[in-house]
Amino acid sequence: MTLTNAPATPGRPRAGVGDAIRTWWDGLARPMQWLVGVPAIIALALLPVFPPPFVDTPFLSFGGVMAQFAMYALIAVGLNVVVGSAGLLDLGYVGFYAVGAYTVGLLTSPNSPWNQTDGGWLNPDWAWLACLPLAVAVTAVSGLILGTPTLRLRGDYLAIVTLGFGEIVRLLADNLTEVTNGSLGLSQIAYPHVGESESIPQGVFSAGNVDPPLNSGVWWYWLGMFLVIVVLLIVGNLERSRVGRAWVAIREDEDAAEIMGVPTFNFKLWAFMIGAAIGGMSGALYAGQVQFINPTGFNIINSMLFLCAVVIGGQGNKLGVIVGAFIIVYLPARLTGIEVGGQSLGDFKYLFFGLTLVILMIFRPQGLFPARQKLLTYGRQVYQAVRRPNPSPVASLAPPPADAPK
Amino acid sequence: MIATIVADATTSYTARSIDFNVSALVDNFWQLTIDGLSYGSIYALVAVGYTLVYGVLRLINFAHSEIFMLGMFGQYVGLQLLGFAPSGNTYNEGMLATVVFLGLAMMFAMATSGAAAVGLERVAYRPLRKRGAKPLIFLITAIGMAFVIQEFIHFVLPRFVDLGGTNAEQPIKLVDPKVEFTVFGAPVTNVTLIIIGSAVVLALATEVLINRTKLGRGIRAVAQDPNTATLMGVSRERIIMLTFLIGGVLAGAAATLYTLKIPSGIIYSGGFILGIKAFSAAVLGGIGNLRGALLGGLILGVAENYGQILFGTEWRDVVAFVLLVLVLMFRPTGILGESLARTRA
Repeated sequence: MTLTNAPATPGRPRAGVGDAIRTWWDGLARPMQWLVGVPAIIALALLPVFPPPFVDTPFLSFGGVMAQFAMYALIAVGLNVVVGSAGLLDLGYVGFYAVGAYTVGLLTSPNSPWNQTDGGWLNPDWAWLACLPLAVAVTAVSGLILGTPTLRLRGDYLAIVTLGFGEIVRLLADNLTEVTNGSLGLSQIAYPHVGESESIPQGVFSAGNVDPPLNSGVWWYWLGMFLVIVVLLIVGNLERSRVGRAWVAIREDEDAAEIMGVPTFNFKLWAFMIGAAIGGMSGALYAGQVQFINPTGFNIINSMLFLCAVVIGGQGNKLGVIVGAFIIVYLPARLTGIEVGGQSLGDFKYLFFGLTLVILMIFRPQGLFPARQKLLTYGRQVYQAVRRPNPSPVASLAPPPADAPK
Repeated sequence: MIATIVADATTSYTARSIDFNVSALVDNFWQLTIDGLSYGSIYALVAVGYTLVYGVLRLINFAHSEIFMLGMFGQYVGLQLLGFAPSGNTYNEGMLATVVFLGLAMMFAMATSGAAAVGLERVAYRPLRKRGAKPLIFLITAIGMAFVIQEFIHFVLPRFVDLGGTNAEQPIKLVDPKVEFTVFGAPVTNVTLIIIGSAVVLALATEVLINRTKLGRGIRAVAQDPNTATLMGVSRERIIMLTFLIGGVLAGAAATLYTLKIPSGIIYSGGFILGIKAFSAAVLGGIGNLRGALLGGLILGVAENYGQILFGTEWRDVVAFVLLVLVLMFRPTGILGESLARTRA
């Protein structure tokens, strides 16, 4: 069995853009990393406030697009845990996204019989924030419920069963009309009531806040970005721990991992639950931003789009999949409204993403920014030891580095 | 049309939440069974395509549902070339003429689907095989191709010809559904007869092809052990191509039968759910097993029909998916379980 991220040709892998950045970043001292990293994040956060002319989306609110990007980034990071790290192909990820969104919707929408905001145990002002951890918990449990019976299956079968799950969740939302209001959906979902003022009576997060540059999209983008960073820190730590090594081992060869004493089923379940929980968090974000959810927003084709983000970005590379999410969200938004022969270019998004998937799988199955698994954990320490000008005895025994210093 | 008869029978039972309507099931048992069998025959024919490709390549051909969808369009174009125009009316040719026209339309559908399946294999899967890709990569490619084919019909094709697009095509109704006879009080229409009859003939033909001919022996040999088969003089690439061709041709035939049952179902997205159900049928019977796929298709069609009257019509698709999950959980090898390679090897 070939390794996922192994290059097609044996020998030293060629260094790409991702490697160049990685090498440069690893070469910086810790204070320098802070000095570069923090302004970079601030610049990214300010992007929708001062949109550069060509980057701006002419027919859509750029802030809204960036808010969607933040949600998709969250999803991509979550799905990356399942698909990229643990190697479990989940085609029903949209199901978790839906569970998260519906948890918030059912608890806070006046259309729902379980609404708790009018005299229930939820304060309307803080309902969304209170529901966020709830949504995460509920989706994690749903991941556990789906994972326990199905994770004994492998590869293809798991993919189809999860696909079925995603579709079942949508059909449940569509058909349980007494609870979910069916295809009419749930409206007036709670959102953070923050920054209420004369000009914006509903607060900065409300859909009514449409004035540029600080419209609600920008606020949601900031909130989403904050959550992405938090999740990245957690997932990054997990990946560098025993758990992450177990995931990689399972992905590369499940039988070998089991023989080496990795309780594969438990770790697969963990990956599934963590991935589901992050998906649910993104769903809660979506429900709050749009303040309206209905089943058509959770079509199975969204699952494919999420998968696209992970595959394009590079399975297993957290930052790569965020770039993938950006491509998935930004390109169709940028092309929307640009007409070629009477057809909006944004309509072709699924066609283009399908083609991209096929072409990438043939020519670059590892994605645009592939992960270098051997650099992970201990490998990284060896790697850094080797890169030093005066190699230590240990380093001289290690194989030559992937990209030697110039 | 049977579907409307069933719909009429079930409208009074559809509810806003999950029902458990046993008396309706008992009352309509035979009618549901017959209708389920006609759906099941269609699932079975599509499922054979999944099972053959899985047997030979260990690949879930996710884009097979789109091959089926292309077959519906092939049949539609074929009928138009034969001089039928899409309209709300049903054509009432003589019985013989109808059979001939249907046969010709089926040929068109089979040619379209067969060519599409072979093309799919050439364009998407062969380069991957040459590179020795992992199964997951095959599956992602298949998903990508499913997207490409769907969206091609959705947005690209209507720009050049008057076909495809966002809306379903105007139906061409060739056969007027009328009740021919009854079984245990349940009406059997001519449409049902045509569907089940054609499906039985095609299933038998496939069975003979796989189990009795030299080509079939080649397919089974490659399914069992590709390397040894190659050493014994079987051309693996040729066998793979022919496997896709057989699957595609059967999907085309199924597409013709499906449009006979649901004339207004010709739309770019029309294959997706049916494909997942057909795959479920293949798994139900034991994937990689030809007879399993046929049996699984019939069981799924019938079970789905019982389920929809037990729980309400809106739960029809859920029944199929839940069945799939249950089978995979308790008997992942399916009902018949044995693989294509072991049958009469």
